[in-house]
Amino acid sequence: MSKPVEIEETKFDEVVLKAKTPVLVDFWAPWCGPCRMVAPIVDELANEYDGKVSFVKVNVDDNPKTASQYNVMSIPTLIIFKNGQRASTIIGFCPKAELKKNLDTALSN
Amino acid sequence: MSESVKKYDVIIIGGGPAGLSAGIYTSRARLRSLLIEKGAIGGQIINAEKVENYPGFAEGISGIDLTTAMHQQATKFGLETLADEVSSIEVKGKEKLVKTTQGDFIAGAVIIAGGSERQKLGVPGEAKYTGKGVSYCATCDGAFFRGKTVAVIGGGNAAVTEALELTKFAAKIILVHRRNELRATKIMQEKLLADTRIQVSWDSAVQEIIGDTFVKQIRLRNVKTNKETVIDVSGVFVSVGSQPATGYLKGLLNLDAVGAIVTNGRLETSVPGIFAAGDIRSGSIRQVIGAAGDGAMAAVNAGKYLSE
Repeated sequence: MSKPVEIEETKFDEVVLKAKTPVLVDFWAPWCGPCRMVAPIVDELANEYDGKVSFVKVNVDDNPKTASQYNVMSIPTLIIFKNGQRASTIIGFCPKAELKKNLDTALSN
Repeated sequence: MSESVKKYDVIIIGGGPAGLSAGIYTSRARLRSLLIEKGAIGGQIINAEKVENYPGFAEGISGIDLTTAMHQQATKFGLETLADEVSSIEVKGKEKLVKTTQGDFIAGAVIIAGGSERQKLGVPGEAKYTGKGVSYCATCDGAFFRGKTVAVIGGGNAAVTEALELTKFAAKIILVHRRNELRATKIMQEKLLADTRIQVSWDSAVQEIIGDTFVKQIRLRNVKTNKETVIDVSGVFVSVGSQPATGYLKGLLNLDAVGAIVTNGRLETSVPGIFAAGDIRSGSIRQVIGAAGDGAMAAVNAGKYLSE
């Protein structure tokens, strides 16, 4: 069982930008309804892509700098990073199949 | 992958309060039931921070807590859920073939509870700045506009709710409305007009959303004088109503002038065995309680239809 890791922005460089594998970052907040709908999907994906993609959660309330650095102004926003670069951005609720497509693209390129 | 067609007694399309209530009733009646939802379980109400008028919750309840509980309740009775989009329904005698990207499903009865889709403004800049200042959910995105000036577009209950929600964060809110009176209920209007942080721009239509990386301005046109003004805003919250999600049903079911499904008193559509419930139904009051009631009624009548 692999689970998404909640991180503080001080760890963003190390955990996300310097990662060897692609990283999906879930920008969320406890008060956001659609974020809570996305969370179980991200949990499932973390399991299915165990070892291939790592999954990270950033609470935008506690980590406003990282959120604004990546221009997050709407949540949920999911950003897939590859080699420290933004590979794709998904704004708003997104069905699982669609997310898998984005992850598979990041893995294949 | 082998595509054997799975059979159900009832297929419910849409996972908002109408579909979930229908699912509680059909599953509890021991009808084999599948609910298909293309987006988030809970429907549009999940964006509501507080539902104050659903009976039984004296202090109100968040849209997400309410619908999550409904889904758990339905699942407990045996409702199956599929995350997919229905592309079409074909009627084959008494059976209905429901097509999705993950294969086809057959049911004796279908309950359509797909609700409505948010309408967009359809102006230049809207798509470009979505997520970069343009938002369709104040509960989700309000906090990004702390101390800023934002515009809310619309004049109904939803728009007024968004404007009031934004008072928690924004320094100034400009409600932009095409007409010179609001459609929102009196109690909402009173709250809105009493709040000094909210300003109303009457008779105004948005022409364009302007910015660089983020939204910077909107251009408004006064619909009476045609005079144009540009105002500085950091955010634009669009709340201009919604439309029944019935695109894939044209030609199959009778729809009214706005595209909502016409039903009889049993909530049965023009095709026997296909029922409609909630916001997607012509004449719906577009309230959670109405959707839940519709779902129950459609479910009971679908059961009767199946046993006929």
